Amino acid sequence: MTTLTARRAGFDGLLRSEWTKLRTVRSTTWSLVAMAAISVGLMSLIAWLLMRQWPQFSPQDQAALAAEPLQIIIDQPVFISQLVVAVLGVMVVSAEYTTGMIRSTLQSQPRRLLVLSAKVLVFALLMFAVGEVLSFAAFFTGRWIMSDHIPVTLSDPGITRSVFGAGLYLTVLGLFALAFGAIIRHTAGAITGVLGLILVVSNLTALLPGTWGAHIHAWMPTNAGQLIYKPTLPPDPLLTQWQGLAVFAGWTALFLAVAAYLFKKRDA
Amino acid sequence: MIEAVGLTKRYGDRVAVDQLSFTVRPGQVTGFLGPNGAGKSTTMRMILGLDAPTSGRVTIDGRPFGRLNNPMLEVGALLDAKAIHGGRSAYHHLLCLAQTNNIPRRRVDEVLEIVGLTAVARKRSKGFSLGMGQRLGIATALLGDPRILMFDEPVNGLDPEGILWIRNLMKSLAAEGRTVFVSSHLMSEMSLTADHLLVIGRGRLIADCTVQEFIEQNSVLATRVRTPDVSTLAALVRAAGATAVAEPDGSLLVTELPMRDIGDLAFAHGLRLHELAPLQASLEQVFMELTKDSVEYRGTR
Repeated sequence: MTTLTARRAGFDGLLRSEWTKLRTVRSTTWSLVAMAAISVGLMSLIAWLLMRQWPQFSPQDQAALAAEPLQIIIDQPVFISQLVVAVLGVMVVSAEYTTGMIRSTLQSQPRRLLVLSAKVLVFALLMFAVGEVLSFAAFFTGRWIMSDHIPVTLSDPGITRSVFGAGLYLTVLGLFALAFGAIIRHTAGAITGVLGLILVVSNLTALLPGTWGAHIHAWMPTNAGQLIYKPTLPPDPLLTQWQGLAVFAGWTALFLAVAAYLFKKRDA
Repeated sequence: MIEAVGLTKRYGDRVAVDQLSFTVRPGQVTGFLGPNGAGKSTTMRMILGLDAPTSGRVTIDGRPFGRLNNPMLEVGALLDAKAIHGGRSAYHHLLCLAQTNNIPRRRVDEVLEIVGLTAVARKRSKGFSLGMGQRLGIATALLGDPRILMFDEPVNGLDPEGILWIRNLMKSLAAEGRTVFVSSHLMSEMSLTADHLLVIGRGRLIADCTVQEFIEQNSVLATRVRTPDVSTLAALVRAAGATAVAEPDGSLLVTELPMRDIGDLAFAHGLRLHELAPLQASLEQVFMELTKDSVEYRGTR
């Protein structure tokens, strides 16, 4: 019998493995292409159309647009590309369950918390890198397209934090979705859950009455998280930008903890 | 060596695996035989730590699967050919698993060569036939060159050539001194490959013996005899202390008398025989017979 020898299986091997898994399925490539197309391509198109129509806008509209240049460059693209990130995040874990791959994964490394940690770390690094690159690429492209009418620079108040923050928001959102994928384990169910929360539940809480309602609305995961890419906030905000991101990260940590507990406890 | 002690798995009220204790030894092919739903796959999943036992334990060379340093170098398993992300190529599927255990890349090429998938290694596995998927699963099991191999119904979906290949593979792996544990619901398959048998029914161990012993004890239920002189032969058989039952199709079913003695008896009395055939019980029949009173048959251990 020939005997293969290898170093003890540990976290570094898992990180390489998870990276291989991510880069060798088409859904990752397509998702990243879609994110780039939305955050740079679609944004550029919208910005260009707005600039072409600029002379026809009333002075009030022009002033409103100029006051919030990131609405066009960051807010609207992030609103769409967050859907792609949510789907991708869910699929990092749920695809393993729907395909049965999880059984191969856990046979290769039965230390489950280590497996989940490697998934979280690799996906977080990828989302952070992609989120920041696209965020700054979008900023510089958008700034160039709009330069005739809406001047904006990174040194304007809150702009650098907002551009950087958009990448952070997408990273945390990716992990938030990953946790849902690990808890629900079915792709369709988990995507419905995450998108339902982002698009429906979070907005519905705005209808809740009184200060309690306002607090609940502010503390909903993505409502809080989205503050990080707002250059300025209305007076007397319930949460500042960094507090908002901390609240979103807290929710994510909570869901990841539940996911880890279930991942360790449940039969694969 | 795989050792199970009092291994039990309950799903609500249903007991899938019931107080199973056994040892799977190196250097031989151990067949894990039982009808569908007997608890074979659940047992294998518990060995691999995929499912947690309700009670009892199972160890690999004395340690639970979850404590192994390099799981793939110690145990290789094919549980089902579908434990694969179809969007990934065979090569990348094997690569991402190899990386977890620090197995070198060249080993991925080696196992692809062994199972004959080199030509399609870069193709996405969702286009694979059942047989190719099975071969990829076997490649996964062989990846770490492990001392212990487990195969759950490995011949399912394979063509005759593939079946022959997997039989020879299992035998050669055992001949190299490895522990080979293979499940099947087909007695005929096991009689060709296994040296030792663990038989379970309804989650309980009902036999732990060599293949030869099991076949002798369980597979021949009766002898079917066709003769123009049914009543004469029946009388002779009964006189010899055995049972003879006339069947509606004109044949005679003889039990408790070896086939050779039936032939001799007919010859001695000048009776013509048109047929003298062992009535092989199908595995399912053996099981119904065995599980009717599993306690009684525990004696075969």
